[in-house]
Amino acid sequence: MITKPLIKMEKVSKKFPNVIALDNVDFSLIKGEIHALLGENGAGKTTLMKILFGMLKPDSGTIYINGKKVNITSPRDAMQHKIGMVHQHFMLVDSLTVLENIALSYEKKPIIDYNEIEKKIKEISERYNFYVDPKSKIWQLSVGEQQKVEIIKALCGDVDVLILDEPTSVLTPIEVEELFKALNAMRKQGKSIIFITHKLDEAISISDRITVLRKGKVVGVVKPSEVTKSDLVKMMVGREIAEMINKDKYKSNENNIPLVEVENLVVFNDRGLVAVNGASFVLYPGEILGIAGITGNGQRELAEALIGARRVSHGKIKILGINTTNKKTRDIIKLGVSYIPEDRIRFGILPNLSVTENLLLTNYDDPRFSRKLTVNYHSFRNVALNLIKEFNIVTPNLQTPAKFLSGGNLQKLLIARSAVKEPKLIIVSNPTSGLDVATVALVHEWLIRMKKKNVGIILISEDLEEIIKLSDKIIVLKEGKITGNFVGEAKITEVATAMTTKVST
Amino acid sequence: MRVKLEKRVQISKYEIIAVRIASIVLALLSIGLLFIVSGIDPFYAYSVILSGVFGSTFGISEVIVKSIPIGLCSLGLSLAYTAKVWNIGSDGQLIMGAIFATWVALFSNFPQVLILPSMFLAGFIGGLVWATVPAFLKSKYNVNEVIVTLMMNYISLNLLDYLLSGPWRGHGVFNYPITDEFPKFARLPSIPGTRIHYPTLILLILLTFLILFVMNRTKFGLEIKAMGDNLEAARISGIDTFKNSLIVMMISGGLAGIAGVGEAAGIQYRLIRNISPGYGYSAIIPAWIGGFNPVVVLVASLFVSALFVGGNIAKVSLGLSYGLINVFNGVILIFLISSEYLVGYRVRIEWT
Amino acid sequence: MDIVTSLLLESIKASTPLLLATLGEIYTERSGILNLGIEGIMAIGAFTGFFVAYTTRSLPLSLLAAATIGILLSSLHAISSITFKANQTVSGLALAMLGLGISSVAGSKYVGLPLTLTLQPIRIPYLASVPIAGAFFNQDFLVYFSLILSIFMWFFLNRTKYGLQIIAVGENPSAADASGINVELVRYLCTLFGGALEGLAGAYISLAYLPGWIDGMTQGRGWIAIALTVLSLWDPLKGILVALAFGSIDALQYVLQPYGIPVSLLNSLPYVVTIVVMAVATILLAKRRVRPPSALGTPYIRE
Repeated sequence: MITKPLIKMEKVSKKFPNVIALDNVDFSLIKGEIHALLGENGAGKTTLMKILFGMLKPDSGTIYINGKKVNITSPRDAMQHKIGMVHQHFMLVDSLTVLENIALSYEKKPIIDYNEIEKKIKEISERYNFYVDPKSKIWQLSVGEQQKVEIIKALCGDVDVLILDEPTSVLTPIEVEELFKALNAMRKQGKSIIFITHKLDEAISISDRITVLRKGKVVGVVKPSEVTKSDLVKMMVGREIAEMINKDKYKSNENNIPLVEVENLVVFNDRGLVAVNGASFVLYPGEILGIAGITGNGQRELAEALIGARRVSHGKIKILGINTTNKKTRDIIKLGVSYIPEDRIRFGILPNLSVTENLLLTNYDDPRFSRKLTVNYHSFRNVALNLIKEFNIVTPNLQTPAKFLSGGNLQKLLIARSAVKEPKLIIVSNPTSGLDVATVALVHEWLIRMKKKNVGIILISEDLEEIIKLSDKIIVLKEGKITGNFVGEAKITEVATAMTTKVST
Repeated sequence: MRVKLEKRVQISKYEIIAVRIASIVLALLSIGLLFIVSGIDPFYAYSVILSGVFGSTFGISEVIVKSIPIGLCSLGLSLAYTAKVWNIGSDGQLIMGAIFATWVALFSNFPQVLILPSMFLAGFIGGLVWATVPAFLKSKYNVNEVIVTLMMNYISLNLLDYLLSGPWRGHGVFNYPITDEFPKFARLPSIPGTRIHYPTLILLILLTFLILFVMNRTKFGLEIKAMGDNLEAARISGIDTFKNSLIVMMISGGLAGIAGVGEAAGIQYRLIRNISPGYGYSAIIPAWIGGFNPVVVLVASLFVSALFVGGNIAKVSLGLSYGLINVFNGVILIFLISSEYLVGYRVRIEWT
Repeated sequence: MDIVTSLLLESIKASTPLLLATLGEIYTERSGILNLGIEGIMAIGAFTGFFVAYTTRSLPLSLLAAATIGILLSSLHAISSITFKANQTVSGLALAMLGLGISSVAGSKYVGLPLTLTLQPIRIPYLASVPIAGAFFNQDFLVYFSLILSIFMWFFLNRTKYGLQIIAVGENPSAADASGINVELVRYLCTLFGGALEGLAGAYISLAYLPGWIDGMTQGRGWIAIALTVLSLWDPLKGILVALAFGSIDALQYVLQPYGIPVSLLNSLPYVVTIVVMAVATILLAKRRVRPPSALGTPYIRE
């Protein structure tokens, strides 16, 4: 059956400095289908959709809607063509209410009629079984609720086409089910959906057709019924991948001295609200402790409290038997603690400083290359060159400012930085988000190598599969409380259930 | 035809220098337009200024004279700006340095040989103390340091007014708001035939290399560079951001204070109301031209100093007010910071 | 007229340039642009207002000219900080220097010339005779204008689509962009609007508060307005209160003078109070939910 496509993108190309993001990509969407756009991180999925939504300008290529050539140069144009997009990083104004956020996109009259918008929200909420309080401010909502706001916002514009960018990455498994139900309902009403994902199972279970992208090129357009999972993997990655798994899981460590002991920890966030609420756990050397949970449930605050960069208001932290509660970060680092933060560009990298200076950031007071007041850059040079080789960091030279490195290389840089001193404890947060498969494997392999060297690892991640694969023990963090505690092999469903536990306050 | 801006990946040092020089030239050309608007032939104006500045040994020596306070303030600012601490208070800190030094010169009973060294020390402390208020408020409570340092400038001017109109007014000066002249042992020697008080100049050069060393070879230098580039990353790496922003602000205040000592003890030989004709504000420009690199900042200070001398000449021979220097400062600064964006791009023209 | 009323009358007059400048900066900052150049814009507005009134003898024309020059000067800041993504702190400082410089150069021939044409009080019948509060109804046109403007600006910001757009652009420009708002356009308009009000603020000083032209007659009011913007919590209505409070410091100086405090020290009062108030406000703000616009001072760069 040949159906005339609703949207057709033809020969779209886009170049960024250093990389070709899209290379003559063709894409088509049929009315009433859910179309998955599958590919690794960096394959160009989001770039392609940002072009369709008018947020990026293609270098070349044309877009047709209903067979007519169109020129979409801004999100406003896209909305006029009845295209809506739910971005991976939500596009909501935190300090405004749900109502105000929606009014922002769709109010036509100069003076805002909030009653009318509220009515519209209610109508859509009922139709798709979403509920959010229109009067609450965005920052008061959970990530899952925020996503609902995004979807309602898009639907308020009476869109025909809804683009969702990695919508499940921030959802608990139960929320994912709810989302899929809503998407199916939308399909029934004749809406078309583009679903960006790098997760095979999702693509197979929800979509009618799958377009696979690899390194900016279309590898194929397939129907889920006609391919196997391993076919898709091969299309996505271009080869078979060896998965790195923590093979020798949990051994009893009760006779050892604990590496980290956290007792009844209470920590506040930047807004002055409780972020970590009475967390306790113990970590022994040579263990990987996975902390599962959706980002924003206290993970960053917990990590920063451990490293001494955030005040502990109640409770106790002991590292290597030493009380480190509210001790200086510098002194905690000296004990052999390394922290690889989430959102590396925001928290980890010095963008305008050189690769050398970035490698030195947590190491410059190491006596091997410093004196009391001075840094010996000369003696660090060889160390830096070796690190670049060992961790395969691609950089023109040691003087290159870090901002010119790719995301994967930045993560390798952070790992290399924490490997300069032999660490005893590594705290690492979302270490593989946004990385391609090869770099993910490299990161996982490093973590397991460290574990074998008897290093203790606290692995904070919202990627549940990553946690399950690597951890000896798992705790689940929800709204600052520990809602699940697993030792040894854990089932993904059990952990997932703990992630959705209602927290009573 | 289409003009396209392409992001570029690597920028060489020479390209940066070329763009900066180009933006200064463009700024000077735009000021030429302002001359035209105000009915002055820009070629005539610039030629008068140029020949006045570079046409005589006096002009050149004056450029060096004024580069001393500008350079000292600018060095301090470079240190603070590296850590993204926006000290705009050099002018007030300079005044406080001069006030402290004047106290030593006129009212202390220190032994004569110790007077000059004590004046430098007192001036350094004066500027440092004055910078402590904004430094503390900024690093402890994140109070906007731009506003606080500016307010401190106004307060220091009023304090100076107060001292000169009352307690410190000189005996043999009728009703002028100035102090008595400093005794001979409280004056800095100059290169004969010029007003170049060389002890301060030597100090400036030594400090330039000291700060170069601090920035490029010490832990502290690395720490403030890290803070300036990404405060969050610096904080979670264990850098004491509170202590460091306090220190950079205080040192930059101290250096401005030394500039005040030079002006009082090396040029005026007394305290006057106009002890700083805005050196502290002008010092912002060399810091930006030099990209906070002390040696380049020192050279750029000579350029800004030449503008100052040129402004004086314009005042006398073209009848333009001293505010002209602010016009130069403002226009050059706007062009400089706007050019930084263009440095990151390559302009390509496509003919289609 | 009793002392309280006459002090209030003076305070309102003194607060008007502060209010106008603060209102301008509130909109500029709500859109995410920090304009530290107010002092320069006010200076050039003051001179332009004086100059046009002196030469054309038309007050409407001179107010119009002051607003226009404010727009012109602030457009430099808009170009450098919005289009060229330059450092807004430094760009604002450059603007301040430029405005002070140009007004000083252009005004050097006019210093101290008498200005006979000044803004005169317009008495509002009945209301003006109310004790104390009557002081608000015996003022000149710009006073009434600035008070009404505050109310209008509050309404516009909080009740209209365009106000919501300004807030969104200042809080989260990417979100605003994704909602189809032209981020740069909104920022340009707010910066230019702010410039217009700051130009008027300057003209008020030279046409009503201290009629005539003296170099540097803004005396740091532009910087104080930046502190008042923080203090007003970026709310035009609260702007009236904080401006009035600071205006009364000017009046207070006259009250304190007979007590033998030296004038030069009294002159420091507004600056000392600014520092104290700025510090207290910042410390209190950190503990409360009210925060500066999240994107204040950061240029928006679409990837």
